[in-house]
Amino acid sequence: MLEGKVHKYGANVDTDAIISARYLSVSDPAELARHCMEGIDQDFVSKVQPGDIIMATTNFGCGSSREHAPLAIKASGVSCVIAKNFARIFFRNAINIGLPVLECDAVVDNTGAGDILEIDLSSGKIKNLTNGKVFDVRPYPDFMAELLSAGGLIEYTKQRLAGRRL
Amino acid sequence: MTLADKILAVHADREAVSPGEFINIRVDLILANDVTAPIAIREFHRLGVNKVFDPKKVVMVPDHFVPNKDVASAEQAKLMREFAYEQGIMYFEAGRMGIEHVLLPEQGLVLPGDVVIGADSHTCTYGALGTFATGMGSTDIAAAMATGDIWMKVPPTIKLVYHGEPGEWVGGKDLILYTIGKIGVDGALYSAIEFAGEAVTAMPMDGRFTMANMAIEAGAKAGIFRVDNKTQLYIKSRANRSYSVYEPDGNAEYSQVIEYDVSDIEPQVALPHSPANTKPVSQVGDIEINQVVIGSCTNGRLDDLRLVARILKGRKVHPRVRCIIIPGSQQVYLDALTMGLIEAFIKAGAVVSTPTCGPCLGGHAGVLAAGERCISTTNRNFVGRMGSPESEVYLSNPAVAAASAVTGRITSPEEISG
Repeated sequence: MLEGKVHKYGANVDTDAIISARYLSVSDPAELARHCMEGIDQDFVSKVQPGDIIMATTNFGCGSSREHAPLAIKASGVSCVIAKNFARIFFRNAINIGLPVLECDAVVDNTGAGDILEIDLSSGKIKNLTNGKVFDVRPYPDFMAELLSAGGLIEYTKQRLAGRRL
Repeated sequence: MTLADKILAVHADREAVSPGEFINIRVDLILANDVTAPIAIREFHRLGVNKVFDPKKVVMVPDHFVPNKDVASAEQAKLMREFAYEQGIMYFEAGRMGIEHVLLPEQGLVLPGDVVIGADSHTCTYGALGTFATGMGSTDIAAAMATGDIWMKVPPTIKLVYHGEPGEWVGGKDLILYTIGKIGVDGALYSAIEFAGEAVTAMPMDGRFTMANMAIEAGAKAGIFRVDNKTQLYIKSRANRSYSVYEPDGNAEYSQVIEYDVSDIEPQVALPHSPANTKPVSQVGDIEINQVVIGSCTNGRLDDLRLVARILKGRKVHPRVRCIIIPGSQQVYLDALTMGLIEAFIKAGAVVSTPTCGPCLGGHAGVLAAGERCISTTNRNFVGRMGSPESEVYLSNPAVAAASAVTGRITSPEEISG
C-alpha cells in the first residue's frame, strides 16, 4: 500500500523538464534526484517527501529516452506516477526499473495538488483520502504484471536466462 | 498487415501480429550512446552475463558530449569505450564518428526490414530505410545486449499521405513540422507512422531521414517509409549483408489515414516551447535571434548543408549572430569540405564544428544564456532544451535557419534569394 501527497502537473511534461541534459554527465540516481522536475517546478526537490505521488494529465515523460528521468523521480522518493497517459518510452522505462506508473483519467480529474492518495497496487484501488473518492485503475496487461512481479526487466531477464541455461 | 506489422511478425517468428499484442522480437542492431550506455552497462553487469549476445549486432557511438566537455562526461565516455573494447562491439571514436543517426545509415549498419532498438529516442530515424527502429531506455538495451531480443507491444499504424509538389524551400523538415503542428506532440502516441504519398516518393533520402527522425516528436514508436529506388540506391554501396524488403498489404488496417496536400505550404517554424507550436514562416513576425544552430540527427546531412550553402555563399552572418554549423558525420564533413561548402560557411563567418549532438540538448558547443534566442534545425524546443530555462528555441529547416543567420531575425529564404 502506497500513501503520499500529490504534486500535480499538466500535459506534455517532457524529460528535459524532469531532468535537464545539463545533469546527464552523471548517472547516479541520488545525484540526479537533486535536480528532479527542475525544469517545471523549481521547488519540487525541497518539498517532495518519501512516498509522494507525481500526477499529470496527458503524455507525461515525452521527448528524450533518458532513463535518468524515471531514475531521478524514483530516487527523489516518489512512490508512483499517475497520469491520463504516458509517452511510451517513459512508461517502458518506469516499468523496467520498477517505478509504478498508473493510467487513470478519473483520478486525475478528481484530485487536486496537495491531496493525499492511498494506492493499492495489487487491487488497483486508489483512494483520495482528502475528498474520500475511490477509483479503480485499469489492471496492467498480463505480460506487464509478470514483469513487475519479477521486480523489473533485469530480474525478469535473469529468470529467462536461468531458464535457458545460457 | 501494415509495414510495421510485417517486420515485427517476421522478427517474432509469427505468421501475423496485431496491434495491442505483447510479443518478443529478435533485434538486428542495438545502439547506445555516451549518455545512455553507462546506465545500460551498469544494468548489463547486474544480469550476471559476461558477453553480449553478438558483438556484431551492438554498436556504441560517443556523440552527445563528445569531444568531452568536462571530467564527468569524459568518465562516462571512458566507461563506454572500455566496455566496447572489452566486448569487441562496434564503436566509433571521435574523429571517425558521427551523430549516431547520421552515422549508422551512412555506414550501412541499418538496412530495410531490420528491427533496430536504440537507447536514444531518435532511433526512429532509420524508418527512412524501411526499418522498424525505435527508441528505448538503457535497461531495455541492457537486457537485449544479453539475450538478443526484447519485449514489444505491437503498435497500431497511422498512415500519413502527402500529396502535391512542395515549393522550392519546403522539405522534409517542413512536412514533419506541419504534421506535428496538426496532430500534436501526442498525435501518434504508442503508434507507428507509415509515410506515403507522391510528395515523399519524390523526396530525397536525406529529407526522409528528417521526417522519420521527428516521428517521436508526435509520440510515435516508429516512422516508416516503403523501400523504393531511392532507398535501394542509397544502400547499394553501403550494405554488406543481406536484407529483406517488406510491403504493406493492400488491405492493411490503419488506425487512421490522414492526407495532406503540401503544394501550398510554406516553410514551417515551431515556436517555443513545443515542436507542435508551428506557424508558416511568414506569420512568425519580427523575431530577432542571437544564435543559429544547423546540424543534428534531424538536419545534419549533406543535402541540408548544400541548402545552407545556397544561402550563405557570398553572404555574411549578421554581426550580432553566432551561426554554428555541425556536419552530422565525418563523411558529411569531408564531402562538404570537398564541395567547397565549408569554405563558404567559414567565409560567411560561421562556426564549423566536429560532429556532435552538443547544442541540441544544451550539452556544449552552443549553450544559450538567459534571455537568448536561437533558431535551430534540431528537433526539440522544450523549456531549457538548449541551455538556460529562460532561453528560447525556434525550430526550422536549414534554409530558414541560414537566411535568419544573415538577417539576424527569423527570415524566409525567399526574402534572401529573391
